[in-house]
Amino acid sequence: MPSLIDIIPHGEPVDGHRPCPRLIVTADEWRHAAREVAAGHATLFGLWGDTGTVPTVHMAIIEDATGEIVVISLACPAKKFPSVGALHPPAIRLERAIHSLYGLVPVGAPDARPWLDLGFWEVRHPLGARRPAPAERPAYAFLPVEGESLHQIPVGPVHAGIIEPGHFRFTAGGETVARLEQRFGYVHKGIESLMAGATIEQAARLAARTSGDSTVAYGLAFAQAVEAALGVEAPPRAKYLRALMAELERLANHFGDIGAICNDASFALMHAHCGILREQALRAADACFGHRLMMDRVVPGGVADDIHRNGATLLRDTLQHIRARFPRLVELYDNTASLQDRTTATGIVAAELARQFGAAGYVGRASGRDFDARRTPGYAPYDQLEFAVPVLTAGDVNARVWIRIREVEQSLKLIERILAHLPDGPTATALDGGSGGNGEGLGLAESFRGDVLAWVRLKGLRVARCHLRDPSWFQWPLLEIAVEGNIVADFPLCNKSFNCSYSGHDL
Amino acid sequence: MRRTLLESLTSRPLTETPPAADDAALAELAASVERAARRRLGRSLAIRQVDAGSCNGCELEIHALNNAFYDLERFGLRFVASPRHADVLLVTGPVTRNMREALERTYNATPDPKWVVAVGHCAADGGIFAGSYAVAGGVGDVVPVDLHISGCPPTPLQLLQGLLALLAGGSAA
Repeated sequence: MPSLIDIIPHGEPVDGHRPCPRLIVTADEWRHAAREVAAGHATLFGLWGDTGTVPTVHMAIIEDATGEIVVISLACPAKKFPSVGALHPPAIRLERAIHSLYGLVPVGAPDARPWLDLGFWEVRHPLGARRPAPAERPAYAFLPVEGESLHQIPVGPVHAGIIEPGHFRFTAGGETVARLEQRFGYVHKGIESLMAGATIEQAARLAARTSGDSTVAYGLAFAQAVEAALGVEAPPRAKYLRALMAELERLANHFGDIGAICNDASFALMHAHCGILREQALRAADACFGHRLMMDRVVPGGVADDIHRNGATLLRDTLQHIRARFPRLVELYDNTASLQDRTTATGIVAAELARQFGAAGYVGRASGRDFDARRTPGYAPYDQLEFAVPVLTAGDVNARVWIRIREVEQSLKLIERILAHLPDGPTATALDGGSGGNGEGLGLAESFRGDVLAWVRLKGLRVARCHLRDPSWFQWPLLEIAVEGNIVADFPLCNKSFNCSYSGHDL
Repeated sequence: MRRTLLESLTSRPLTETPPAADDAALAELAASVERAARRRLGRSLAIRQVDAGSCNGCELEIHALNNAFYDLERFGLRFVASPRHADVLLVTGPVTRNMREALERTYNATPDPKWVVAVGHCAADGGIFAGSYAVAGGVGDVVPVDLHISGCPPTPLQLLQGLLALLAGGSAA
């Protein structure tokens, strides 16, 4: 099998990019890499714009099997670059976002409509060469759907439940969904522009608020990127505590999701009982780390605070309680035929699409994509902890529920092991910006939803540029496909089984 | 399922004693909410939650209000699906420019009398997102706010204390 370096043979490596190489490439080499990704020889891992002396686009690609990552960069002095989306559909939305935010044009792109920019900002291309937005808000053309007796159902941005805002445009023939088209950007807060010039401390707080449900994972990905850029390492105890928080976050979210999916099939009993387990996990997190969601507890260099002694005791009791209660809920899910009837064979994602999109987390693993950033490329302390990555192939709502159930079991084991093997020592390393360099770092963390990628370029102890890529970028498009041919009433069920982040996607 | 249901009948509920209404919230409400509105809305409130740009942290804790420990509905407070049915808009997040119009339209679709509760640090003044090209500001910069509940995110207990102040304000009128 060719290694990634063979795929992009001639790039010029950039000094100070850690831990993986970043290569400056020509337009031809960029096109070649896009073809290799489209051919399935590697997975698209991120695609983002950059300013600097010359506008640039970066593309991260990963080899699933080895976890080898390469970032390739193409300077765009003429503000255009060869479209990757023209060859590889998963890149389309990322390129539309690059165009809207940076004003860099993907040449040959199949879809030139804006993304994230809904026409309400005062400026166009806010991260590139800004210019005033036109006074008139341009109309947005949804994709056409043709056929007899079709009707449209516009939903959102304000939804009926306690959820984030986004727009879903359904075209249905009777009860059956012929096409779903998503339109996002409503919660775009301009995080990347706020990051530029921020101190590492401020930037870490922004990263932790990119998607509140994955605040630990974002904190971790950002911290790992900064540590790589500065060439420092968090102490072993901090790494274990980070993993403890990450697994607690996963537990709480999976409990919430399993209950909420069943609730969307009108099975409230599971929702009530899973809600109790979620609350108990959050209370244990609060007792251990002083915050229910553990926000701002992972910081570059280590963790903000050591685990509280009485918190660890409560956590052990909570684990014991969960171990007693959860198997009965699993049995309840498994033995309720009316519930299974709703979740089985609903919202199927084909394995080939999961692979093509590099779908992360339970969305990918329920459709045969055997990938988990904790294992490959892997990061400490997971290399010292034994855990299994569950994979199923059915690709339906039911499979996404079962992946979560199995991951809850793994997380329980992991937390017990971490508590048993927690190393002594300091909980943070001082960050040293003394080198004054312009280090660049890439960080990766497996959130409950999938891998979060963080990329930073530092200037001393300030962030010059930071890009955060939520796993939802590669999951949302699959939801459009998964609901096709399903009935409208099953959309909430499909959507909840994906549980993508709006805020993480919109940035 | 039978075992789980039977056990629920015989075991004590997990629901906890309600906290006292938040004093600061009571004071803010006394200053902002008209007596007539308090009388009309009475002791049962329909709440419509609007995420105007949050990171979804606040939503997680608002969700928790419905779990067995906090059980919001025992106070006559319930979440509804449409602003047309609502007495209270519970708004989170800095208001993004992309959500500004949607929030205004939701506000206008809510019948009078109505109260707006701004939830979280970001909802107060934009929080750490203030100053971005994409952020219009706090909730109060877009629609009139009657009550602020702070926190990042506020805990379910803090949310409950704030919301109970709405009811206390009602009965005091």
